[in-house]
Amino acid sequence: MYEFEFEKPSTIAEAVAALADEDAQALGGGQTLIPTLKQRLAMPSKLVSLAGIAEMKGVSIADGVLTMGGGATHAEVAADACAPLAALAANIGDPAVRNRGTLGGSLANNDPAADYPAAMLALKSTIVTNAREIAGDDFFQGLFETALEEGEIITSVRCEIPEAANYQKFAQPASRFALAGVFVAKYADGVRVAVTGASEEGVFRWSEAEAALSANFAPDALAGISVDAGSMIADLHGSKEYRAHLVAVLAKRAVAALA
Amino acid sequence: MAKVSMTVNGKAASGEAEGRMLLSSFLREELGLTGTHVGCDTSQCGACVVHVDGKAVKACTMLAMEAEGSEVSTIEGQANADGSLNVIQQAFQDHHGLQCGFCTPGMVMSAAALLKDNPKPSEAEIRHYLEGNLCRCTGYHNIVKAIMAASGQDVSSIAAE
Repeated sequence: MYEFEFEKPSTIAEAVAALADEDAQALGGGQTLIPTLKQRLAMPSKLVSLAGIAEMKGVSIADGVLTMGGGATHAEVAADACAPLAALAANIGDPAVRNRGTLGGSLANNDPAADYPAAMLALKSTIVTNAREIAGDDFFQGLFETALEEGEIITSVRCEIPEAANYQKFAQPASRFALAGVFVAKYADGVRVAVTGASEEGVFRWSEAEAALSANFAPDALAGISVDAGSMIADLHGSKEYRAHLVAVLAKRAVAALA
Repeated sequence: MAKVSMTVNGKAASGEAEGRMLLSSFLREELGLTGTHVGCDTSQCGACVVHVDGKAVKACTMLAMEAEGSEVSTIEGQANADGSLNVIQQAFQDHHGLQCGFCTPGMVMSAAALLKDNPKPSEAEIRHYLEGNLCRCTGYHNIVKAIMAASGQDVSSIAAE
């Protein structure tokens, strides 16, 4: 790692001030950032740990809304979020990673194979920062790109609790990231289907599947529907066609789990 | 460089650290606690697992300064007060849960974290919990068996390889 200064503020206002310095970088749980620094792929002048900020902690459910602090760890989400999201969080990485990695850190990184982005698109989320509120649908902007401005911090996240939801992930066995992951959420006004891990454009909502499932919430409703293999990721773990196939299978499994 | 202070295995400990110093390096090089092993240094193998404020973490993927003021437990603090092996360590010995022993500190610390939250885990729960701890010698069977035994459960049904 290159040298950097370390700061650990205790309020959001102090963190925002600390991040105003050129080349300062926010540190969530560090489960992606520290390995990145070890490879010298980043050279921040200063790391600003968000782990000491009490107002960014906690997971709670009230009036049909799930509210999670940006500093909530995956383990805390797994313990206290609504069941489908808790199950997703319980299968991120391994227990030691889940005790450090945070929701806000993962969302700000927007890894195309991360699990949370699919949940955020499916669960009608709102990403709350120190400066504004961003609709989940507008937040993710391609591989490792988000709507966040320089120095902007995810302070909390709200999701609307669905009538039913399920996440199916086909994990790459070494990294446990998603080769493909599909989050299906059923609301009174329709079904939302979000896909992670598969597309070259990052997480996306699969509108054709949403329309079919909104009309008929059954695995058979997805018969004959597929994502365009041309836009899927191809790498040593799987071809474009393989990922497109996985997406269709995982979507059916998610619906079958709820039917 | 700045002074970093924490409680390690129940005793106050402090040392000098740069911002970029990892907790694993701080424990090993500043405090001389070399029981915490660094296998991969990429957060995959789990040989460096320690507990920070009661939670299992990978010490190679946490900065020493992040642990300022925390309660840290390492493998050196696991034995009983009289120096004898604790229940988990003894079970690893009794059931041949190690061969070369390199991964063992992390395995024991992960096992301790698991049993604190789940005192009677099933075989499947143990295997799932150990996803972040790699052992290249044993094939895991005897590690799983040792953890089952340490939790006071019958181990006769577990494969014997």
